[in-house]
Amino acid sequence: MKPAPFEYARPGTLAEALSLLAEDDARPIAGGQSLVPLLALRMTAPKLLVDISRLSELKGIDIKPEGIRLGALTRWCDVLNHPQLAAHHPLLVEAIGHVAHYQIRNRGTVGGSCSHADPSAEMPAVAVTCEAQFEIASMRGMRIVPAEEFFLGILTTTLEPDELLVAIRLPHWPAGRRYAFQEFARRTGDFAIAGCALFWDEADGRCISPHVGVFGVADTPLRLPTVEATLTDHPVTPGLIAKAADLAQESVVPHGDLHAPAAYRSALMRVMVERALSSAAATLPGEAA
Amino acid sequence: MTDVAISLQVNGRPVEASIEPRLTLAGLLRRQLRLTGTHLGCEHGVCGACTVIVDGAAVRSCLMFAVQADGAEVVTIEGLALGDDLSPLQQAFRKNHALQCGFCTPGILTTMHALLSEEPDPTEERIRDVLSGNICRCTGYLPIIKAVLEAAGAYRKESRL
Repeated sequence: MKPAPFEYARPGTLAEALSLLAEDDARPIAGGQSLVPLLALRMTAPKLLVDISRLSELKGIDIKPEGIRLGALTRWCDVLNHPQLAAHHPLLVEAIGHVAHYQIRNRGTVGGSCSHADPSAEMPAVAVTCEAQFEIASMRGMRIVPAEEFFLGILTTTLEPDELLVAIRLPHWPAGRRYAFQEFARRTGDFAIAGCALFWDEADGRCISPHVGVFGVADTPLRLPTVEATLTDHPVTPGLIAKAADLAQESVVPHGDLHAPAAYRSALMRVMVERALSSAAATLPGEAA
Repeated sequence: MTDVAISLQVNGRPVEASIEPRLTLAGLLRRQLRLTGTHLGCEHGVCGACTVIVDGAAVRSCLMFAVQADGAEVVTIEGLALGDDLSPLQQAFRKNHALQCGFCTPGILTTMHALLSEEPDPTEERIRDVLSGNICRCTGYLPIIKAVLEAAGAYRKESRL
């Protein structure tokens, strides 16, 4: 047995779970697809694991006119197999298609991925790009945190030890919105070396309210405000795409690591932004990128 | 640490166990139930060798604690054969040389059994995407894809019954 010993509890209600999480050195586990490797490598060794995987309060995908609410226990396979989600949030469904592998998608959850906060993960990137709101609960009450303030660094979030992410709210996605998701990984299902999620609305052929997010290139997913400002109110032409991609590369200085030196990652990010912009500009509204 | 009592079904048989919470499902299957057909490769969710089927879904048994399988129905590689006869999927693997050293084979068979049970008519592209969760260092994957495509017919017949 590789993990250090721990106690285990499987509460029947959210209230019980929050009370257990308020105990010293407790951590929640759901699908366990990120946490179990950390436990096996003994990068973490909590005293108590609180198994939230059967809490009905944290399940369900609600599609409403104001947006989509994903219960924290929504698994990747739930997103991919949902009959209406691709029509109501095509960017989300396309991005989740890149998450890990078949077996992991059967257990991994949106709440787990965001709480784990790997800087190369898809769900945090979509949440930041789309200005998602995170519902966070504890014995002390409920708070709502914008995605951009939720992620603080590598594997670090604003969650306090007694807090639990219970749902992710994505704002309404209007029909006809242009979007794209691009990432590059050496092998299918690996974490991306660099990636880009973006969307914009269009009026009279001009780009309105662009949201450009990149991931895998910094300690958290990032929006690129200078790139967005450059695109705003202009037709997205090949010339503008090249300019925006250059700006993206200038505005982020990635770290190098085992998987890619900094210069390679930087160049790759430029390519991802350029491909995403070109693909979104070429796709007719309503069609998949 | 406090042991936890669990009960589950493994390959159709009821199992009761009292286990340390840190025991993975793979550990329960291999060490306590002696079902050593489930292989452990990387033990952190990368290689796919330990894949088993929990409540119909292919999952990595190294990334799930046995306590989390309390009440579940688990199918391992030992549960695929029909008595002494190989299942149609296993026969197709044998016929197409879809295994060599055999270390990855149990994980690939359970994965593909789960896939074909849910999607009895997958495209080659779909099979390749799903197979990307299992590492095989011998075959080069092509005979595996051929075997799965060939076995799919048996699952289509089954779903028509």
